[in-house]
Amino acid sequence: MNALAETGRVFTLAAQVARMSFTTRPQVRETVEQFWFIASVTILPAALVSIPFGAVIALQVGSLTRQLGAESFTGAASVLAIVQQASPLVTALLVAGAGGSAICADLGARTIREEMDAMEVMGISPVQRLVVPRVHAAMGVAVLLNGLVSTVGVVGGYFFNVIMQNGTPGAYLASFSALAHLPDLWVSEIKALIFGFIAGVVAANRGISAKGGPKGVGDAVNQSVVLAFLLLFFVNLVITAIYLRVVPPKGA
Amino acid sequence: MGIEVEADGLTKSFGRHTVWRDVSLTLPAGEISVMLGPSGTGKTVFLKTLVGLVRPERGRVVINGVDIVSCRERQLYRTRRLMGVMFQDGALFGSMNLYDNIAFPLREHTRRNERQIRSIVEEKMAMVGLSGAESKLPGEISGGMRKRAGLARALVLDPEFILCDEPDSGLDPVRTAYLSQLLIDLNAQIDATILIVTHNIQMARTVPDNIGMLYRRQLVTFGPREVLLTSDEPVVAQFLNGRRSGPIGMSEEKDAAATAAEAMTEPDLDDVRGVVPQLTPTPGQPYRQAAARRQERVMRILHQLPPAAQQGILAGRHEVSHERTG
Repeated sequence: MNALAETGRVFTLAAQVARMSFTTRPQVRETVEQFWFIASVTILPAALVSIPFGAVIALQVGSLTRQLGAESFTGAASVLAIVQQASPLVTALLVAGAGGSAICADLGARTIREEMDAMEVMGISPVQRLVVPRVHAAMGVAVLLNGLVSTVGVVGGYFFNVIMQNGTPGAYLASFSALAHLPDLWVSEIKALIFGFIAGVVAANRGISAKGGPKGVGDAVNQSVVLAFLLLFFVNLVITAIYLRVVPPKGA
Repeated sequence: MGIEVEADGLTKSFGRHTVWRDVSLTLPAGEISVMLGPSGTGKTVFLKTLVGLVRPERGRVVINGVDIVSCRERQLYRTRRLMGVMFQDGALFGSMNLYDNIAFPLREHTRRNERQIRSIVEEKMAMVGLSGAESKLPGEISGGMRKRAGLARALVLDPEFILCDEPDSGLDPVRTAYLSQLLIDLNAQIDATILIVTHNIQMARTVPDNIGMLYRRQLVTFGPREVLLTSDEPVVAQFLNGRRSGPIGMSEEKDAAATAAEAMTEPDLDDVRGVVPQLTPTPGQPYRQAAARRQERVMRILHQLPPAAQQGILAGRHEVSHERTG
């Protein structure tokens, strides 16, 4: 029963945020500040995570393709894996883990200090004033971060394939376009956008329903991160399944 | 003039615990009312219900013709612009300094330029005695200052209905007296309806026009101040005197044996019940129109009131008319 009510609250908030994104005056200042904040806590870890991530994929794919005798496709396979799967997920984990936890803690602290109530009785909707800008910021950062992670991941993969595994630089680059095509990049960015939305809404929802003093805020942050991760992986599965159905792979 | 606030048949419970049931009262327009009650009787919940932060299971709250329990969200937000709420701990925004906190409603709701905002904010800060503390953060100041800043913020939009949640808690008696006087002066100046939730007896005796009391999940009484101040109800008498002997116990209620034992041990203190003169605006402030309106209203219902309250009202009547001419 509790889980159902919670699900309902998340969806209500998501709908409210989506509606208010179009119907209310945008809070430019708050959005920019939040964007800057989320970007500042996620850029460096994202870059640092994506280098080994790209490397692992390159190494794994490299050895696999060698066993199959399809070495010329190493570049193509690792780019697909990085752009379509690894990059949006790394982005999502960081936006939810670093950005979302900060959003949740901030809103949670405001909630237990009655700042939300105060705002409401001033006739200002906290969802419009605080939640919408944060969700927009999370979405924007996720999209841009996804580009960064893709680039760093591919470069990292290239480096490891060429330097560590003695792959041919030309073959690695030339095979990019053998399997990958532009829709792969689009779906990657769309995924990042949706993940940013989910991470923002889940974190905000836990934050504004925090109760029970400072410990309640800690619990809320914890729950928000776990919940966001679960949702992100599940949604990733659904989007990937739909994408593979709808957009035929190149050369098929 | 302030707006009338009507609560009708309000019932609220959290899970199985009923906070109060069937609370009906009307806060007369422009008058000051106090809601008394021992700790934990849902005074704050009642206040939050009146502003639509807590949704009751049953009943209506009609403010300015809008039932804020059932109205649409847009209408609720519009009605709330008529209200100013002073929260228990001030509820200031921790990330902003006092000036920005108090300017916040003006910046959100009006198109005033920064110079006009500054003059309004400085006026309200002077009113609550916070001049010079503009750049302080809420975390750096005392609880009493936070409260006063919360009051200043509640006042900047010239509300017609002001709600104060325990304005005295955390304040020393002198500051409480100043705050009481401030509320009276405020009422004289802007003629707003004011509801104060408190358990401070001194404030309850001298400030309001009307007093109500919540106890044992219901509204014990609500009416002209003289009614409660002269009431014979054991709960009221115990509360006004701050005694142990009476129906209110440390936790909630207590049994007869404990009551009898306490009556034996407790020293016989002076009974502070009875009508004391109400505060009047400081000289130089405008005449408090609510006093005259209230007198007219009370005289009309005089015959329905208990004799002791009638005496109190008639004795106080002289003062009101005297003040008016003076």
